[in-house]
Amino acid sequence: MPPESLELHIDYLISQFVDWLTVNYAGVFEQISDIIITLLLSVRHVFLIIPWWLLIAIIGIVGWLLTRRVTTTVTLVTLSFVIVFFGMWRPAIDTLSLVLTSVIIAIGLGIPVGVLMAEFDVINTVVTPILDMMQTLPGFVYLIPAIMLFGLGKVPATIATLIYSTPPVVRFTNIGLRQVSSEIMESATAFGTTRFQLLKEIRLPLAATSILGGINQTIMMALAMTVIASMIGAGGLGKHVLVAINRLKVGAGFEAGFSIVCLAIVIDRLSSGIAEHWRPPES
Amino acid sequence: MVVSNQKHIEVSNFWKIFTHDQEKIDVGSPEEIKRVEKDDSKVIAVRDVSFEVNRTEVFVIMGLSGSGKSTLVRCLLRLVEPTQGKAIMDGTDVTSLDKKELISFRREKIAMVFQHYGLFPHRTVIENAAFGLKIRGESKENRRKKATEVLETVGLAGWEDYYPAELSGGMRQRVGIARALSNDPPILLMDEPTSGLDPLIRRELQEELLHLQEKMEKTTVYITHDLDEALRLGDRLAVMKAGRFVQSGTPKEVLQNPADDYVARFVKDKQEQLKEAEVI
Ligand SMILES: Nc1ncnc2c1ncn2[C@@H]1O[C@H](COP(=O)(O)OP(=O)(O)O)[C@@H](O)[C@H]1O
Ligand SMILES: [Mg+2]
Repeated sequence: MPPESLELHIDYLISQFVDWLTVNYAGVFEQISDIIITLLLSVRHVFLIIPWWLLIAIIGIVGWLLTRRVTTTVTLVTLSFVIVFFGMWRPAIDTLSLVLTSVIIAIGLGIPVGVLMAEFDVINTVVTPILDMMQTLPGFVYLIPAIMLFGLGKVPATIATLIYSTPPVVRFTNIGLRQVSSEIMESATAFGTTRFQLLKEIRLPLAATSILGGINQTIMMALAMTVIASMIGAGGLGKHVLVAINRLKVGAGFEAGFSIVCLAIVIDRLSSGIAEHWRPPES
Repeated sequence: MVVSNQKHIEVSNFWKIFTHDQEKIDVGSPEEIKRVEKDDSKVIAVRDVSFEVNRTEVFVIMGLSGSGKSTLVRCLLRLVEPTQGKAIMDGTDVTSLDKKELISFRREKIAMVFQHYGLFPHRTVIENAAFGLKIRGESKENRRKKATEVLETVGLAGWEDYYPAELSGGMRQRVGIARALSNDPPILLMDEPTSGLDPLIRRELQEELLHLQEKMEKTTVYITHDLDEALRLGDRLAVMKAGRFVQSGTPKEVLQNPADDYVARFVKDKQEQLKEAEVI
């Protein structure tokens, strides 16, 4: 053991800084909170208006339209029913709402950042190592800044989820835009496209498949993170796992845990199905 | 409107030197050129090229692969920035245009057909054909009307709603040609439009181009490495070698008096064919 005299604590400095931040920028944090809460409640509201059986029917129909395969469709419906049988429908909807909220924000921030990275090499050089670092760190780490600034609850949970899950959509937007062949870009340029027209008419539509693949990964990472974020008040399925662990209730833990697996498979099949089926819109 | 012998394209002392570091090179200094020639990281792709093309004339540039043909036409559109030189096309000094002027020049005055088609895979045949019109902001009806017309002219009526991937090579290049024609520019640039095609299809497309040229009378710079094609389509031709024009003139002049061995090798087979024909 190193002697205690070597310890050098900065915890009070950090606390002071955070206090200063939250006092002086209270308005900003409040606004961010408001936006997230509003979005979260609206998403959840939509899911709660739809009766559970109708939602399962929609999952089945969309699954069928995307894959045209009976086995996939039956699997999706069965997995949804497993969640119902375990009594986990309501927490599953809570989890789903948090995932979708953070994914909507992640897409809203991530695609523009990806576009900027593809358009400007300087931004690419600066942002790439940040994304690398964000993806190297375990999701757990993001809980700390989130609670420091927003306390406990759904808002910091959403923010931690958002930070953890944004990199893939940024990365895949950038890669997709950069992969458009130079021959195609050259012929478009020859017809007098502006930089913006080139982006809108040629590069973004051709990058769409890649971007949707990135969104799929973002969704899956968000789901993983909401489970971890149940420790700071995300609620939902993660909370049920956490409670079961604390009380050593193995059976209950299994039910909640297996519901997470079911939800993950359903979301993944649907979102990757959309990515594979994408055909750029005809204008 | 058509005034023959009026200079429509005037290119003078064009140079393109590819460098990695965008270094400014003074092409006027022979020592500097010597230094660049020794430097493996720099390529002199176009070397002091000058030529003129009259209105409605088809000017063919011929040369082996790597001789700088593509680079030269790309410089005319400034898809590649020329290192030095001047190009006046349809009364506009292209080399002095700023970004905005260059964009409107590309929209109005000139269109290009590419060897590898350069079609947009996510757009249908008619959307590809109408691309230039869309880019310059023409109305939807206008676009549809003009593109439909042009597609019919190039023999693609009925294929409007297919995607490029569903077409054969020859048909794809027809889409490429339709895309260039729908803008109705006074000047056309064609970079080996038929060289990716089977001989039979190539022949067919050449016929088509001759036919179109009769009707539309565009001033055309046409790149090829095929002498037959050059002779069929060209009013005048230039032979390019290692970035330079080694000879230019009417097809007859070039055939009868090849300027050097390189040109002579190009035209040898043709000369023999002609001799045989005369004997018979
Ligand atoms: N972007 C580029 N960077 C460096 N060298 C190039 C580039 N494009 C073409 N070149 C070189 O310029 C020369 C002429 O090429 P190109 O114009 O494509 O010839 P051609 O069309 O006659 O086959 C070749 O040596 C080629 O390697
Ligand atoms: Mg070429």
